[in-house]
Amino acid sequence: MTLYTSTIVTPRPRPRAWAKFGESVAYALGLPIILLTIWGVWSSVSAAPYFPSPVVIFEAFIDTWVGPSFFEDVLPSLGRLAIGIVLAVVLGIAAGTVIGLVRWLRELLEPIFEFFRAVPPPVLIPIVAVLVGANDLMKLVVIVTGAIWPVLLNTIEGVRATDSVMTETARSFALTPSERLRFLVLPAASPRIMTGVRQCLSIALILMVISEMFFSSSGLGYQIVYFQRNYLIAEMWSGIVLLGLIGVLLAVIFGFVERRVLRWYHGIKEVERA
Amino acid sequence: MATVDAPLIVTSPPRRRSRRTGRTLRKVGLGLAGIAGFLLTWQLLPTLGIVNPAYFPTATDTIAQLSLMLGDLEFWRNVGRTMTSWAIGLVIATVLAVILGTIIGLVPFLRRATHSTVEFLRPIPSVALIPLAILMYGYQLQAALLIIVFASFWQVFIQVLYGVADVDAVARDTARSFGLSRGSRIVNLVLPTALPYLMTGLRLAATVALILAITAEMFISIPGLGRAIMLARDAGQWTTVYALVIVTGVLGLLINLVFRAIERRSLSWHQSVRGEEVL
Repeated sequence: MTLYTSTIVTPRPRPRAWAKFGESVAYALGLPIILLTIWGVWSSVSAAPYFPSPVVIFEAFIDTWVGPSFFEDVLPSLGRLAIGIVLAVVLGIAAGTVIGLVRWLRELLEPIFEFFRAVPPPVLIPIVAVLVGANDLMKLVVIVTGAIWPVLLNTIEGVRATDSVMTETARSFALTPSERLRFLVLPAASPRIMTGVRQCLSIALILMVISEMFFSSSGLGYQIVYFQRNYLIAEMWSGIVLLGLIGVLLAVIFGFVERRVLRWYHGIKEVERA
Repeated sequence: MATVDAPLIVTSPPRRRSRRTGRTLRKVGLGLAGIAGFLLTWQLLPTLGIVNPAYFPTATDTIAQLSLMLGDLEFWRNVGRTMTSWAIGLVIATVLAVILGTIIGLVPFLRRATHSTVEFLRPIPSVALIPLAILMYGYQLQAALLIIVFASFWQVFIQVLYGVADVDAVARDTARSFGLSRGSRIVNLVLPTALPYLMTGLRLAATVALILAITAEMFISIPGLGRAIMLARDAGQWTTVYALVIVTGVLGLLINLVFRAIERRSLSWHQSVRGEEVL
């Protein structure tokens, strides 16, 4: 009896936690390892020229991107991307809040903004390139003008849809406009704003790559196209992998920020669902 | 208006309606004013010499060029080419995404096993594949399709994945205890649950597919509107460039409107119009 209860009462937390950890690691790495193995075997058997084996790509990755190239090509690209995203988000939220709060302004500008959002952002590149010149400023302007629309329009929509009871409550409690903005309008709009920011990130990354690929002589995008034109296949693949890693990094950062900003919102959703 | 002599009781609904029409009128009027203001600013910027008129033609010049192009058969062929690669890419991506998303979404083991792979592949910007597409297919339609399909696949796939997994637990247990077969569970339970998600994904994918179709035409020089923009740019015909940019915007707007309408129609039975994510 004592033996029996002792096995039940002490549930051996550590081994089970380890088992759970091991299981999730196996789940996370299982398929990628299988796929990479298939790729490696296939590329060495069939000698596919455009699909070098993962090992070759990994070596090329180390050779190409670890070293001076990281500071000359990758960091400037990432810097432009980061500045562009920050500018697009800040400008989008600021302008969106003002436009969302002022009704006539919103009705005045909404149709024209809908049109601008519908324009595929890459077509702006040639225009911006000729107006600004093919330099770093051009890439920034391209990223901002292309990526601002989802943030701007989602902010307008989120600010507009603030619960009217809450707005009136805030008014009767005599909140100052800045307090109202900080404690009511921006939090109420934040789920919409974050949706816009997510779209903004992927558009900004696309625009960074294209503007470097075709209107530049340095940067990550330029390097990838350079490798392709010179048939440096493994190096080209390593560039694609690097872009993938940047995309994953952006997604992780975004997920982290979103969880912090929208913690209250996800809490409410869970309570509603339960 | 006409309700002045009408009995008092009848006045309230017309008045409400007239207030609503007044509001829509105001909205339409302000919207038109906004467009007019935008065109005026556009007209004045090059006229006053704030920007170089050689690279930034006036609104009237651009609109004149646009109306000239509308009578040109080659322009319509380019629109047709762009929309063809858009449509083919969108269909391939949707079919693949629905099949894979349903299978993976319904089997918890597969969902867990593929999660890390999906989370790595999804954020890869599809334009990063342009060099690979050029190597594999040369300057052909397939290269554009590869990029379009890769970009729009994830939009639909993720939505289907979530939608299929979102089946209400009570409804699922009810269906089971009523002895519904697997096939009829999928038709009567999973499909209606996943449909709103699928429609959202489809609308997002349609927009993304257009962006990528035009991008591919611009940079892989596949015939279509995108290449027409680049050719006009190389020839220094900036009015044509601006006119074509407007055309691409109108196409984007039309696609958005059409897919929103399809979404609303196919979900007219759905009780709650879900919080729309707008792209």
